[in-house]
Amino acid sequence: MKKRLWQKTMQNKGETAVEEKVKTKIVKQIKVDIDKCTGCRACELACSAFHARPRYSSVNPAGSRIRVMIDELKDAYVPVRAGYYTPAECTGRYTYAIGSKEYRECGFCRVACPSRGYFKDPSSHLPLRCDMCESDPPLETPWCVTVCGSGALTYEERESKVTEEQVNPEEIDIGLESLAGRYGMQAIMDTVARMSKTYPKKISWTPNFREKK
Amino acid sequence: MRYAETGFNLEIDLTRGNIEKEATDPELTEIYMGGQGTAAKILWDRVGPEVEPFSPDNLLIFSTGLLNGTPVIGANRTSVDTFSPQTDRYSHSLFGGFFGPELKHAGYDKIIFRGKARDLVYLYIHNDRVELRDAVHLKGKGAIETAHLLKEELKLPEAQVAAIGLAGENRVYMATIEHANSSASRGVGVIMGDKKLKAIVVRGTKNIHMARPEALFELIRPMYKQIHDRKDCGDPMSHEDDEAFHVDNFAWGNARKRIKGYWNKEKEARWKALSDQVRNRWTSCYNCPKDCHQSISFPGQPTYFQKCYSKLTYAMAAYEELDFNYDILGVTQQYGLDGFSTPQVLAFAVELYGAGILTDADLPGFPETSRERFFYLVEKIVHREGVGDALADGVYHAARRIGKGAEAYDHNSMKKFEQVPLKLGMVNFPYFLMYATGEKMNITQIEGSYPQVAISDKIERKKFVDNWDAAPERFKKWYMEWEPQTHPSIEACVNICDWNEIMHYIDDSIGTCAWLSSFRGQFGGRPPYHIFNLPQFISLATGMDLDSDALWKKAARNRNLVRAINIRKGLRRADEKPPEDHWKKRDPEMEKKMLDAYYEFKGWNNEGIPTRKKLDELGLGFVSEDFLKRGILMENEETPLAEDDAK
Repeated sequence: MKKRLWQKTMQNKGETAVEEKVKTKIVKQIKVDIDKCTGCRACELACSAFHARPRYSSVNPAGSRIRVMIDELKDAYVPVRAGYYTPAECTGRYTYAIGSKEYRECGFCRVACPSRGYFKDPSSHLPLRCDMCESDPPLETPWCVTVCGSGALTYEERESKVTEEQVNPEEIDIGLESLAGRYGMQAIMDTVARMSKTYPKKISWTPNFREKK
Repeated sequence: MRYAETGFNLEIDLTRGNIEKEATDPELTEIYMGGQGTAAKILWDRVGPEVEPFSPDNLLIFSTGLLNGTPVIGANRTSVDTFSPQTDRYSHSLFGGFFGPELKHAGYDKIIFRGKARDLVYLYIHNDRVELRDAVHLKGKGAIETAHLLKEELKLPEAQVAAIGLAGENRVYMATIEHANSSASRGVGVIMGDKKLKAIVVRGTKNIHMARPEALFELIRPMYKQIHDRKDCGDPMSHEDDEAFHVDNFAWGNARKRIKGYWNKEKEARWKALSDQVRNRWTSCYNCPKDCHQSISFPGQPTYFQKCYSKLTYAMAAYEELDFNYDILGVTQQYGLDGFSTPQVLAFAVELYGAGILTDADLPGFPETSRERFFYLVEKIVHREGVGDALADGVYHAARRIGKGAEAYDHNSMKKFEQVPLKLGMVNFPYFLMYATGEKMNITQIEGSYPQVAISDKIERKKFVDNWDAAPERFKKWYMEWEPQTHPSIEACVNICDWNEIMHYIDDSIGTCAWLSSFRGQFGGRPPYHIFNLPQFISLATGMDLDSDALWKKAARNRNLVRAINIRKGLRRADEKPPEDHWKKRDPEMEKKMLDAYYEFKGWNNEGIPTRKKLDELGLGFVSEDFLKRGILMENEETPLAEDDAK
C-alpha cells in the first residue's frame, strides 16, 4: 500500500498537481484627472460625512480620507486618497516637474505619516484609509466621485484576470490516503465528522477580530 | 446642540488686544438667521449713528452664512459688515471661497472686531487657539502674497486667509479684502486697513452637525451633477468668449460711451486665444460644482484669480483691450482694489486731465497712453500720493476735493458710490426702484429673480412660465402679460423690486451663492435655489421649522433692519435716486408714483422710513421705539420735515 502511494506521488510529480483557473475579478478604482480638478473640495466634505459615526452625522474635511492638495500659486490641484499608515517620517524633498508645473512629493503622497496632518482623525489622531465607501447595500460610486462635478474623479470598475489556484481532488486523495494509512480510515472519518460540526467557527483561517473577546 | 452653526462668536478688541469667545443666543438665529441678518442686529445694537466709520467704535464683522460648512451646495459665502467712510452708511459685502466654512470648523460663527491696533497685526485662529500677532513684516505685501507668506510661515498649508493689500493699509476707499479666489469690496477693506488688521488666518478641524443630515445628503446627492451640467446657473460670463453683451451694451471710459458694433468674430477669436493662453484653469469655491473663477498667469504678473465682469472693467474704462485688463488685474489684485469701482475712479481722473481740471502739476510725468496712465494712477492711489490721495476716496469725494468743476464729472455715482457703467435709453421702472431704494450699493446685489426681458414668442414664453418653479404665481401672470417695450404696471414693478431684493437678503444671511440663487433667475428662470425649495434645505440643516412665507418674512425683517440702520444714519427719500444720466429718457411723474407705491407696499412712510406698524409686525419693536425716541418717526407714522425742507 505504501509503495503504491509513493509511486502515485512520483507519477504526479511530472504533471501539474494544482490546476490553474483563470478568473475575472472586478477591481474598483478611482481615476484622477488633475487637470480637471477645480479645487472645490466637495469630495472632502462628502467623504468625511460618509465616514462619520453615525453615518452622515457630521462633516469635517479635516477628517476626510481624500484631500485636495492645493498650491494656488503653482496651479497644483491634486486630489489624493488616503493610503497606508507609516510611523516613519520622510524628508519629502523630491520635487516633480510634470509638464510645465512643479509638484512637491507630499502633493501626491497617500501615506498617513508623522510629517503632516493629513489622513488622521482630527480628534483621535488615528490614521485613516480610503475604503472606497464600502457599504451594504453598496453605493453606486464612492461619495467623492458622486460629488465631483468637474469629472476630476471618475469611478471605474476594471475587469482583472486573476489566476486562482484550483485544488486537484486527486491531490486530496493522496493526502487522505496517507493519513488513513497511518491512523486508519475510521479515525479520519471521525475527525472529519467532529470538525464539520464546529466549522468554520473554530478552524477559520481568516482572522476575525470581532469574535475575539 | 446647535445645528449648522457653532453658537459662538469671537469678540476681538484690537485696541487692547483682548480676545473673547462669546456664546450666542439661539433665538437670534431663529429671528435673523445668520450672516448679514445677525450682523445687522449687532450693528444696530452696538454702533450708534454718531459713530464715525473711522472711529475705533465702528465694528468690522465677518459672518459665516447660516449654512456655511453644511453640505448645502454653494453655501460658502462670508458676509463682511461695517460702516463705510465713502457713504457714511451701512456697508456690506460678501466673498466666496473657503473662509466661512473653515471658520465654522474652527468653532465660530462670527468674528467681531472693534478698536484699532497700534501697529499692523493679523489674527491667528487654529480651533481654540486665537491670537493677535504682529504683522509688521507683512507691511506693503500684496494681498495674495500675504496669504501665502502666512501659510508658509505658520506651516499651515490648509489654513484659509483673508488679507488686505497696500490699498487697504493706506485706507483707500476702493480697497478689498482678498481671499483665495474671491474678494469683498464696497467699503469693507478700508475699515480693515483702518483697524490695522492685515489678515485673518483660520484653520478649523472641528465637526459641524446638521439636524437631519441623512435626508439632507439624500437631497443634495443628485444636485452636484445637475448644477454642474446646467447652463442656467453659475456665472453666465465664465466659460464665455462672446463678450458682445458687455462690450456693446455697457459704457466705456468714465461710464460715457456705448460702442455699438465693437464686437466681431476677429476680436472674439483673438481674445479667446489670449484667455486660453493665460488661464491656468477654472476654479470653484467650497463645495460647489460650478467653476466661475479663472486662475490667471499673465506674463510678468504673479498668479491671481479673475471673476465675473472684472474681466473687462479696466479694459473698457481705459478704451483698451483684454490683454491690458489681464495685465492690470495682476497689479490691482495684489494691492487689493475693487474691480468694479476702481476702473471708474481711474477713468474719471483721465477725464479730468483731458478737461484740464487735473494738470501736469497734479500728475507729474503723466504718460501718453491710456494703458500707462492707468498703471500710473493706480500707484498714485494706493500710495495716496499727490492727487492720488483725493482719488483714493472714490469719485464722489475726489470730485469735491479737487473742485474746479470736477463735480460735473461725477455722473455715475449714487449715494456717493460708483455704479456699474450703464447708459441706457428709456427708464425701466423696476430697475429705477432697485437703484433708488437698494442698500447693497451695486445693482448686481439687488437685481436677479425676475427676467430682464420678455420672451417675444408667446408660445416659448408660456413654456418658460410653465417650468418657472422659482416664481410665485403672481409673477407668472405679470410675465405673461408683459408686452415687449412696455412698462409693467405699478403693482408689478413694486413686487418685482421686492422679490428681487428679498432673495438677496435670504442668500446673504444663509451664505448661498447668488449665482445659484438670487442673481440667477433673471437669466433662464431656473436657479437651483428659490423661495420654494430653500426652506427645506434650511430646515434639514438647522432643524428650524420653516416654510416659504416664514422665510420671506425673515428676509423682510433683515431688509427692514438694514434700512433702519441707514435711516438712523440719515438716509431719506431725497437720497433715493439713480445716477442722473443712467437713462436718457426719464419720467419724473411716473417715477414719483412708483416710489410712493413702493414705499407704501413696503410699509414705509413718505420719507422711506419703515413705519411703527410695519416694524412691530416684523418683530422690530426696538427699532420703532428708537425711531420715536429720536423723533425720526412721529406718533402718526410721519417723519418731521428736515430743517431745510421746512424753510
